[in-house]
Amino acid sequence: MSDHHAEGVGAHTASAEYIRIAVVLFALTAMEVLLYEACFGHLKASMPGLSTSLSPWFVQLLLVLSAFKFWLVAMFYMHLKFDLKVLQWLFGFSLVLATIVIMALFTLFTYNRTLWWWGGVPW
Amino acid sequence: MTTAALDLHAHDAGAHHTSMPVPSRKLAMWVFIASECMFFATLISTFVIYRDSHAKGPGPKDVFGVPLVTAGTAVLLFSSFFVVMALNGAQQGDRKKLLRWLSLTVLCGVFFVGMQVYEFTHFVTEKHLGYTTNLFASSFYTLTGFHGTHVAVGTLWLATLLKDAWKGRIPPAKALNLEIAALYWHFVDVVWIIIFPVVYLMSLGR
Repeated sequence: MSDHHAEGVGAHTASAEYIRIAVVLFALTAMEVLLYEACFGHLKASMPGLSTSLSPWFVQLLLVLSAFKFWLVAMFYMHLKFDLKVLQWLFGFSLVLATIVIMALFTLFTYNRTLWWWGGVPW
Repeated sequence: MTTAALDLHAHDAGAHHTSMPVPSRKLAMWVFIASECMFFATLISTFVIYRDSHAKGPGPKDVFGVPLVTAGTAVLLFSSFFVVMALNGAQQGDRKKLLRWLSLTVLCGVFFVGMQVYEFTHFVTEKHLGYTTNLFASSFYTLTGFHGTHVAVGTLWLATLLKDAWKGRIPPAKALNLEIAALYWHFVDVVWIIIFPVVYLMSLGR
């Protein structure tokens, strides 16, 4: 924890905040698993309506939930929210670069895969 | 960061004075984490690209199971909470709190590594998914294997700090040692926060 934070909110408040975040993280993970179970798993048969409405958004919802968990851990457990701004910029910049790397690889391989299919050769 | 905070960092053992108001070791860990983002981004992309390449041998739906991995995810999330509480104890000079939460963190690390060893063994022996069976297997084992190695290294690192804490060698002035290890541990956790839905849930739900 950053010292700034320790001084600002006090040890007990900090502990209570960490507990609240742990509960939220656990709840979000449970939501991810429930989402999978509702769309494709054991709950699909018992909740067909929910499954039909959630399935098209399965990937997007999972990405949003995991991005929120990522943000919570980085901001509060890694103390980026209370630490120097330069560290936020450093981490943020690396995440932007990582996203560009992911997008570049997806674009490259999708393009190559399309070329293979056009040539009549399965991937 | 306040003056008092800067003073505390300045008295940290091994702290180097730089023009930046942040200990150089902590800055170095953040730079390392930034480079690791690119490393895992490449591995995760590779898995997503190759997860359907299993014309020979089993695919994701044949091998993945949700319950065990969910347990591993929960344990890793809790370990992040435990290590932040341990750091809180170290900064307050509360040795009992430090030892209690740091021990739990190390236990979580051991559990997670054990879970992954069990999972890999199960896949190889029961599901006949070797490293070179198909591209899905290679990319899966490479990604989760590297992550597991990071967890194992983090567990060893935290275990050595636990030994130091046991001997009373982590006073508040040396809490930076634990803060840096905790940063690494949290990073390993956030990587799994991405891997769990992208590798397991999305591969099963297709």
